[in-house]
Amino acid sequence: MSDSSGVVLRLDGVSKSFPGVRALRDVSLELRAGEVHALVGENGAGKSTLIKISTGVYTADEGEVRLLDAPVSFTDPLQAQAAGISTIYQEVNLIPLMSVARNLYLGREPRRFGLVDTARMNRDARARLREFGIDVNPARPLRSLALGAQQMVSIARAVEIDARVVIMDEPTSSLEKREVETLFTVIERLAASGIAILYVSHRMEELYRICDRVTVMRDGQVVGSSAMADIDRLQLVSMMLGRDASDLRQHGSTAFAEGRDVEDDVVLRTQGLNVRHTLEDVSLDIRRGEVVGLGGLLGAGRSETARAIVGALHAESGEVAVNGKRLRRRSPAAAIRAGIAMLPEDRKLDGIVPGLSVRENIVLAALPRLSRMGLVQRSKQDEIVSFFIDRLQIKVSSPAQRVSDLSGGNQQKVLLARWLCLHPKALLLDEPTRGIDVGAKAEVQGLIEELARDGLAVLLISSDLEELIEGSDRIVVLREGKVVDNLTGDAVTDDNLMRALAADPSRSDDAQPAKDSS
Amino acid sequence: MTATLTSTKAEQPVGRRRWAGPVAKYAVYAGIVVLIVVNAVMSSTFLSLDNLRVQLYQAVPVLIVALGMALVIGTEGIDLSVGGVIALTSAVLPLYLGYGVWVAIALAILAGGVCGAISGSLVAFARVQPIVATLSLMIGLRGLAVIMNGATAKPINDSTLLNLGLTGWFGLPQMAYIGAGLVAVIAFVVRRTTLGRNLVAVGDNASASFLAGLPVRRILLSVYVISGMLAAVAGVLIAGHGAYADPANYGLNYELLAITAVVVGGTPLSGGQIRVIGTVAGTIFMQLVSATLIQNNVKNSYEQMIEAVIICIAVFIARESANR
Repeated sequence: MSDSSGVVLRLDGVSKSFPGVRALRDVSLELRAGEVHALVGENGAGKSTLIKISTGVYTADEGEVRLLDAPVSFTDPLQAQAAGISTIYQEVNLIPLMSVARNLYLGREPRRFGLVDTARMNRDARARLREFGIDVNPARPLRSLALGAQQMVSIARAVEIDARVVIMDEPTSSLEKREVETLFTVIERLAASGIAILYVSHRMEELYRICDRVTVMRDGQVVGSSAMADIDRLQLVSMMLGRDASDLRQHGSTAFAEGRDVEDDVVLRTQGLNVRHTLEDVSLDIRRGEVVGLGGLLGAGRSETARAIVGALHAESGEVAVNGKRLRRRSPAAAIRAGIAMLPEDRKLDGIVPGLSVRENIVLAALPRLSRMGLVQRSKQDEIVSFFIDRLQIKVSSPAQRVSDLSGGNQQKVLLARWLCLHPKALLLDEPTRGIDVGAKAEVQGLIEELARDGLAVLLISSDLEELIEGSDRIVVLREGKVVDNLTGDAVTDDNLMRALAADPSRSDDAQPAKDSS
Repeated sequence: MTATLTSTKAEQPVGRRRWAGPVAKYAVYAGIVVLIVVNAVMSSTFLSLDNLRVQLYQAVPVLIVALGMALVIGTEGIDLSVGGVIALTSAVLPLYLGYGVWVAIALAILAGGVCGAISGSLVAFARVQPIVATLSLMIGLRGLAVIMNGATAKPINDSTLLNLGLTGWFGLPQMAYIGAGLVAVIAFVVRRTTLGRNLVAVGDNASASFLAGLPVRRILLSVYVISGMLAAVAGVLIAGHGAYADPANYGLNYELLAITAVVVGGTPLSGGQIRVIGTVAGTIFMQLVSATLIQNNVKNSYEQMIEAVIICIAVFIARESANR
């Protein structure tokens, strides 16, 4: 197959598996010279794996990678870089303590009498960086620069080493607005000079502003590829989430959450939460017996909202109150004492304590209440443990079984038990059914409904749209760290949620002013 | 974030050697039996009460230090300051013996607790790595002790202190009973108390513990304080046994002896598990190794090399069996 369309990098039928996981299935992708190509997809769609295969971090199990129509098989990132594929990560991957100029010319320093010609290197570096809109003393250590400027240095370096392909993985996630503008100018210049850019981001505004084409991935497969101009936001989001936007499913079509009276008293009130680069003025009320869904695409700040509420993520400003009483200290321990429990998103990292038994995992957070004078009161503990093993139908051979021997679904139930045995007033559930089998999933969903019926205030975060829509009384939608919509009653539909997620301009009230400020 | 799990079965540990678990658990006990048999065959005096006493005088202080070390290691930390604390104890004792021996001992243990509070604060609040925090104390404390005491060793004349170090009840040294008592206390702390439960949880998954509202910093602080106090107890016994206060030489290499005992006893350095009885066995085993080599006139330098190999093997086995 010959290419006249200027394809620089081509992935052809690439598959990759890890133990127990198929990360990529028959993925094909074309990157053309001079284009900015968006790569989008939710968590676990396979974007990272695709990038890692293109840059030699992983090798494909099947399929081939062709650079300028010649098959290549990189075994490490250095080879890929030498061949002209550069990657700009969200975290800058240069050497913070070395000077800017050294970083720019690392491994290719100009030499004089066998020594590095520092004067010339600094001179060249200054000139080069000016082209990228940064005017700094190149002798300064890299880390003394702002993050945006550091990123610019790594882009300049990519160009310096004759990159043909530049892969940018969420480059704007930690940049200020002004820096983003500079970055876009540079991207346009790179593209104009014939470099192919693969641009990974979740920010719709950005994609429509700078990208020419888009490839959408889901569950390790490419689900579509199109010119950016031919696809609207709604179509793009429904491709990412695998839901048909016209498939209207009314809230309350199942027994789940139907005809339940939500009482009027607010249990958990969150006002004006601000976390730098992450959350902006997030306010949220959850009433007794209410399940509030938190919608948003990846990176919209859903988990961060939950973590900020319980004090696991430091908020610069904002208040949290339970039953009208403001929390004075902000830490998970204080949140627990006030009656807020959070089931974290990452079961393995933030949830289970693998070396401990099921019993010890369940009572972990409740230990202070189960102890007298520093001694664990065993009879009380065993009573609670056996109650919750029964109630949640956790399948264990004995409470003394190691929690790491359980299946994902049962581990999740153990964690639910950990939080429920505190008798919380508000329960924040971050992806409560991710990665667990269908049976356990249904049980957990049923449990959430029961708990709300008993008066618990629940915040439900889920990437599973069906779960979110059918399980929530209303849905608060986040985009780029801000609350942008609040769907209530009959408005809780697939269609409306998709529109809100996609930031359909007709509903959006925060249109981006495209002012050039650099 | 790379891919969704296709299987929700309990994650099987990949590439873990199946023999490693039981080996890590029982190898040290088997080793003890073998060494006792070998020594009993080779030497007629080995099984005598006299020899047992000699061995205990050396092993008990190490054991007491190792108990504290096991707690620290359980939180994924390490305490290198224990040798320095022992030195400091021997400098503090003679200063206060005039107020009565028990006052002096109490103050010595208090001093150990303060040292632990310093390293614990560095670790828990200033977030200094445990190895750095306690290394600086290890060096600083010995210096301080030598300054307090003066360059020459001072004789200790107090009979209570000497008895603690040298005489026995019912044929066994007094310090053996103290050691046994402390083993019981620490085993109880680990198994039954909230602190024991919490410190293992922090060592196993600090992030989950923090989210579950555990007082992570207070737990870390307590563990180093306990370790410092236990090291001070060992220091009192060592001073009593030596009949001199000799801060320049007491407690040298105790941090290594204690870490070895803990690791050989099957407690992983990665935290999240504490084996109290294993630590006792580890201490006994290392004492037997050293005794065997001395008995057979193996040079000291060879002895150290052999011990180094044992440590490597123990760490390797522990790593292979670690349940993560």
